[in-house]
Amino acid sequence: MQATFLSSRILLPVRPWFIYLSLVFALLLNFLPTAHWPGMPDWVALVLCFWSVREFRRVGMGWAFILGLLMDVADGAVLGQHGFAYVLLAFASAALSRRLLWFPLHQQALQVLPLLLLTEVIQMLMRLAVGASFPGWDYFVGPVIGSLLWIPLTFILLLPQYRPVEQNPDRPI
Amino acid sequence: MAGFDHAPPPFFKRGPAPLALLTFYILLSLAIFVVDLRFRSLDLLRQSIALVVDPVQRIAQTPGSLVDYARNYLEGMQSLQRENDELRHAKLNNAPDLLRLGQLEAENERLRRLLVVKERESAKGQVAQILYTARDPFSRKVIVDKGQHSGIVAGQPAIDEAGVVGQVTRVFPFSSEITLITDKDQAVPVQIIRTGQRSVVFGLDNGQLELRYMPANADVQVGDLLVTSGLDSVYLQGYPVAKVVNIERDSAYSFARIFGEPVAGVENFGEVMILDPRQPLPPPPPEAQVRGTDGSDKPAGLRPKKQRKTKGN
Repeated sequence: MQATFLSSRILLPVRPWFIYLSLVFALLLNFLPTAHWPGMPDWVALVLCFWSVREFRRVGMGWAFILGLLMDVADGAVLGQHGFAYVLLAFASAALSRRLLWFPLHQQALQVLPLLLLTEVIQMLMRLAVGASFPGWDYFVGPVIGSLLWIPLTFILLLPQYRPVEQNPDRPI
Repeated sequence: MAGFDHAPPPFFKRGPAPLALLTFYILLSLAIFVVDLRFRSLDLLRQSIALVVDPVQRIAQTPGSLVDYARNYLEGMQSLQRENDELRHAKLNNAPDLLRLGQLEAENERLRRLLVVKERESAKGQVAQILYTARDPFSRKVIVDKGQHSGIVAGQPAIDEAGVVGQVTRVFPFSSEITLITDKDQAVPVQIIRTGQRSVVFGLDNGQLELRYMPANADVQVGDLLVTSGLDSVYLQGYPVAKVVNIERDSAYSFARIFGEPVAGVENFGEVMILDPRQPLPPPPPEAQVRGTDGSDKPAGLRPKKQRKTKGN
């Protein structure tokens, strides 16, 4: 697989431990006190979406569900709220992945935006249905910033898969 | 994409179809959602997950708390001195009342014993450090560093040096969750200190409180202090809760809309005092015991209540 469809550099296969490490790191980012700043994206949703698009055979709905439970407990939210949203996100990303990867990065970001928005909107609807009050419009700034971060995130998370530039021209792979 | 993938597609071992998996997980999470919300019976699951998540969260909070610590440390001598002076001044200001408090308590106890009134409950508790605010944007909760390990149980009230902060709603092994009084689902029974009128104050999610179910012509003024009425078996009587800041009287509605601001530093980080649970309330009011004979409870129990209400209004 390549980084983008235009790239001629073929990537190394992903290492499973890197996927798990990045997901744990995303959890840590969500637990930071910065999570209360307005416009902070849901890092777990973002990284989960990324790996569901790239490696949907390795990261699927099971991981999404478990991460959702962890987030629920950490947030003090109702159990199952994040799980529901993340499972849907993982499913939708995996379903879109074949199409998504054929776009340039900024257009990918544009297509990821509805997915991230969906995660937040579903959580909001679940809580509104059981009597919470509207959290304010800055709640929706997070997904927008998250989709902008898709471009740097792609480069960072694919970094361990790049091959060295100087390689034997006789053996391109 | 199948053509680009490095792993050969597992033809024979694919697991359930994605749609089936999706249905399964969605039903599972919806079931958990409903059970957690309506029956509150998943606390064990939550506590066991918290055992894993809590250390990670504390690690994530360390940079922030280190920065706070450094800022506190570097805060100049001058501001510390100023604060010290202010505190000494405040202490002196309060001295006339405080110094006689012990004597007053003793006198009160003696008088109460003379009247055969139940003794006033004394407040005890333990100090807990607020670790962080829960990330959930739909509620207002903080996590403190004392949990089951320290004997905290759900339902205990939490106060700070100025007034009521909230109530412990969930207890984890080494931490517990305090729902602030500004949370939408949190209600505190209060009393207006000036008139003695009782009501219930509810949180609004914007950091304010609303005094509900007060008639449009109720005697409430801006600046009135609301203290806990002690009518529930949770909060002891007399802790400041809120100060009335805004009253909207609209004759179209039968109730006035009264807004208050919490007295305690509800949204600030710091330390809170988690008060021990109250002793269970005695069933008959104390006056009934003085006046009535031993047997009949109900009519004797009702009468003094009414009297008090008319006195209050």
